[in-house]
Amino acid sequence: MTNAALKELIASWFPNAKADMDHQNSDGDSDSNDNKESPIENPLEFTEEGSEFLNIQVPEALLHELMLKLKTHPETHFDYLFCLTGMDWEPALGVVYHLESTEHRHIVVVKVKTEDRDHPSFDSVSDIWKTAEFHEREVYDFFGIRFNNHPNLKRLFLTDEWDGYPLRKDYVDEINMVIK
Amino acid sequence: MQESTTINNFKSEEYFINMGPQHPATHGVLRLLLTIDGEIIKRVEPDLGYIHRSIEKMCERDSYQQIVHLTDRMDYLSSHINNEAVCLTVEKALELEIPDRVKVIRTIIGELTRIASHCLWWGVMGMDVGALTTYFYGFRDREMINDIFEETCGARLTMNYNVPGGLMWDIHPNFVNRVKTFIAHFKTKIPEFDRLLTENIIFQKRTKGVGILSKEDAISFGASGPVGRASGYSCDVRKYHPYSALDRVTFNESLQTEGDTFARYKVRIQEMWESLSIVEQLIDNIPEGEHRIATNAVIKLPKGEYYQKVETARGELGVYIVSTGTKNPYRLKFRSPGFSNLSLLNHIAVGGKIGDLVATMATLDLVIPDIDR
Repeated sequence: MTNAALKELIASWFPNAKADMDHQNSDGDSDSNDNKESPIENPLEFTEEGSEFLNIQVPEALLHELMLKLKTHPETHFDYLFCLTGMDWEPALGVVYHLESTEHRHIVVVKVKTEDRDHPSFDSVSDIWKTAEFHEREVYDFFGIRFNNHPNLKRLFLTDEWDGYPLRKDYVDEINMVIK
Repeated sequence: MQESTTINNFKSEEYFINMGPQHPATHGVLRLLLTIDGEIIKRVEPDLGYIHRSIEKMCERDSYQQIVHLTDRMDYLSSHINNEAVCLTVEKALELEIPDRVKVIRTIIGELTRIASHCLWWGVMGMDVGALTTYFYGFRDREMINDIFEETCGARLTMNYNVPGGLMWDIHPNFVNRVKTFIAHFKTKIPEFDRLLTENIIFQKRTKGVGILSKEDAISFGASGPVGRASGYSCDVRKYHPYSALDRVTFNESLQTEGDTFARYKVRIQEMWESLSIVEQLIDNIPEGEHRIATNAVIKLPKGEYYQKVETARGELGVYIVSTGTKNPYRLKFRSPGFSNLSLLNHIAVGGKIGDLVATMATLDLVIPDIDR
């Protein structure tokens, strides 16, 4: 599926998400970056700006629902979660999911973020892709983002008593970090 | 401890043992917490981080040229391919047109790296299941590749031959001849590998039907490389997202369907043949031209996100760079193949014998620095 077709299909799952489809070309990958004027109440935000893939920004409440649909819908069938990245966008914290379909070979990027730096949490997708279990533990370890319904959420690389979350931008360790 | 059960009138109890962090079969500092009942494995829980250096955090303070040097400290057996992954990402972001010569040389060295890595794996695999001889055979042939690398790249293991924009320097005048000598030599040696280990009945009994991974689970666990392909999951990045000169060669993706330890073994043996074939197709046709194109001394990537997949000897390595337009990446994530492949160990080892765990782990071909980035 092309990015434009993916966008149209995924937007149709969430009725409020009428990302300006009339701006899309009828066929082929669309390089148009003019989809910024989507109505504010849209739950999903689509963009291809600054990335080779279709990016979807999803509100945390819809994350699990969207992910399950992306995996199970026969036309999208994103069965391969090949990268799960924790992000510190300052001040927002978030997670980036790179999904690929082994059947259709298309790729999509899903992003979720939260402004809550003290108690960030998202729904776990480890019930959808088993690989997420380890990757989410890594994100928890380095960013302190909790994943609801995760079967075994504890630190993976660092010791349990480690103070702070090293990959956050505001992490300070004057002894072990060499800053240039 | 756990509740007791009675098997054949003998009481059995679950208990824990530590495998590692210093254990010959973990090939590095990996600690596995095993819950076992007699010889049967109930649970395998990896304890990671003994050699975690936080390369991703270090990348945030380093320039793109410096990052290349960090990557061969991840999966050191695929160091050239790791370097290539970062260079390809940077070149993609800068929209550089890389000379054909560079692409071909990168692919040749990449495939030689794969053979060298599989040679080491094959030797160690035999050693893990009790056949020490294989170790010396594997290292003998790997040595020839290392010598070729030493001559051209200046190093045997952590080569740093790639730089954004091309190669550090041109190939050594002996390169083509030595690679051809190696191809001729190694073609007679893979059958020797087969006679020594593959066809060994004891080895087959140790590996067949052990540690079975289904295709659905392979995809769900994000398995890649030989681990995925042994389960019939077609996942070769070189086929689906060809990079460098891989779009101009023909090769078969090694696939097996059994998903057991022996299938993973066979995939790697088959891959050595395929890599030899790729090198053979390219070695006589290295195009003339520049070995490097000039980049700015300070590389700044345009604002945006860049992702590049490559196929290392262990599977799919992903480099994800988020740039804000400065000379350092804002965030750099390595999606390492070993990390995902390790995550399925518990799944395939549970219910098996503790002795089989060593054989199963050997075919996952874990390199710990790749997991503890």
